[in-house]
Formats: sequence, structure tokens, C-alpha cells
Amino acid sequence: MFDWLTQPWPWYVAGPLIGLIIPLLLYMGNKQFGISSSLRHTCAACMPGNISFFQYDWKSEGMWNLVFVLGVFIGGFLGGYVFQNPEPIALSAATVADLQNLGITDFSGLVPPEVFSWSNLGSFQGLIIMVLGGFLVGFGARYAGGCTSGHAISGISNLQMASVTAVIGFFIGGLIVTHLILPLIL
Amino acid sequence: MNYIKYLLVGVFFGFILTKSEVISWFRIQEMFRFQDFHMYGVIGTAILVGMIAIQVIKKFNLKDRDGNPITIPPKDFSQKKRYIFGGILFGLGWAFTGACPGPLFALFGTGLTIFIVPILAALAGTYVYGATRESLPH
Repeated sequence: MFDWLTQPWPWYVAGPLIGLIIPLLLYMGNKQFGISSSLRHTCAACMPGNISFFQYDWKSEGMWNLVFVLGVFIGGFLGGYVFQNPEPIALSAATVADLQNLGITDFSGLVPPEVFSWSNLGSFQGLIIMVLGGFLVGFGARYAGGCTSGHAISGISNLQMASVTAVIGFFIGGLIVTHLILPLIL
Repeated sequence: MNYIKYLLVGVFFGFILTKSEVISWFRIQEMFRFQDFHMYGVIGTAILVGMIAIQVIKKFNLKDRDGNPITIPPKDFSQKKRYIFGGILFGLGWAFTGACPGPLFALFGTGLTIFIVPILAALAGTYVYGATRESLPH
């Protein structure tokens, strides 16, 4: 009966539930669904310096978003630790074959442990994927004014051309890394 | 506390992200290789439900729970360069880490402590954007 807590959820369950978060946040307090602003609020709270981009009342604007992100962390703990799926992800055979060709061998978890581990952090590959990759996520999200939640989901839901443009950019970047750069560094 | 409700919505979101495996680097690879419908199904149906909800809110001028009209500020499309350049840079990072910001926090929550590294790097990226934005094309 509680199998659904540990089993993976199909897209037609997960997607609509994510979509419902948009009206839920609007109803609760006129809040726009978005995650990456939390990074800006954290900068504003911890190290604003004399940078005008971080000089604003982060508590009144951003506290709800920081609390929301703390919830995402807890949701990950419940979904991926307490109710962890013991089975490997049912990936498409083509993806497994492509990644095996690039040297990935362990498909048992959410991420390849040979790439995402503390011991790999010091390697060239680890620095590019985890440090440069993370940096670009933060830099690019603020530059574009939103990430997957703010642009792809909230923005396109509200029929914003800005968001469609940003998402086309997301895909250009993602395709470059997947097809041109990862084959060189994996 | 007035914020508890946002914590609960966050837990709900993080749980869905994890159960639907969209926080997986493997799933992101599948998406950027166009080898499975899963990610497109999740994002596509989320947009569809969001779109219907927003249209209903606008059509009936629905109010929030405090009785204030719901307002959704449009995104400024007069600045086009920022969406293209920023979008591409974000996409590069998304494919490297296999995670956008929400999944980074959820992955850290699953016990993969290494994900504190891309989270801190994303904070550094946000900081550098804030410090350099006046000299960037928007």
C-alpha cells in the first residue's frame, strides 16, 4: 500500500503535481514559483558587500523562498534517503550504452559515483563538472533571470517570450556540453 | 510562523523531484540525448497544468488567501541578450552538474554530501554575476 513512497513516479503524476505548485504559491501569498532567487537572497543575507544587486530587504522579499528551499532539501531527504528507491533508475538502453562508451560503469544510484564523489573533486574532470558546472548554474540563472522552475515552468506557463528564449538557451548550452564537451572529459 | 506553509510546499516539491528522478544526472543525460520522454513529460505536463491554472486565475481575477488580487508580473523582454547568453551559460552548467538549482538542494538532501560543492559554486556564480552585471550585455 505504501509502495508509492519508495517506487519511482511516472511523469504523468509528477509533472501535474509540480504544475500545481504555481497556483498554490500564488494563492498562499502571491509568490512566484522559482528556486534560483534563493541563491541571490543568500548572497544578500551573508555577503552583500557594496554590490547594489545584493542591497535590498532580503528578509521581506526572500525569506519565504529560503524556507521553501529548505523544504526542498527535506523533501530530498525523505524521498531519496528515508524512502529511497532500492532499484536502479530504469534508464533507456540507448543512454546506458552511450554513457558506458564514455566510461560510466555504475548506474545504481541517482548520479554516477565515479564522477560525483569527494575523491574525484580534485581531478580536472571533477573541477569542471562540479565546480565550474555549479558556478555556471548560479551565474547563468541570475544572468537569465531564472532557472528551470522560474523560466521553463512558471514563465512558459504565463506565456512569456523571455522565458521561451531562455529555455532555448538552456538547451543550446545543454546540448553543447552533452554532445561536445562531456565526451572529452568523461 | 507564517512561513511553515512554504516549508511544506518545498518538502512536497523536493519529494516529487526525487520520486520522479528528475534530480538524476542520468535522466538529464537522457533528456539532452533525446532518448526518453520522461523529462519532457514531467516538464511539459507541469507547464500545461500551470498554464491552465494561470489562465483560470486571470479570467476570474482570483484572489489570494488574504484577499489580495493575484498579480503575476511579466518578464521584461526588452532585454533579449540576457536570456540568450544567460540561458546558454545556465544550460552548460545544467548538463555538467545534471541538476538545476532545485535538484541541487534535493540531491544534497538525499545524503549525497558532495552536492554541497556545486551549491557553493552556484552561490559564487550568483555573487560574481551580482558584482559584474553592470559590465555584461543585457
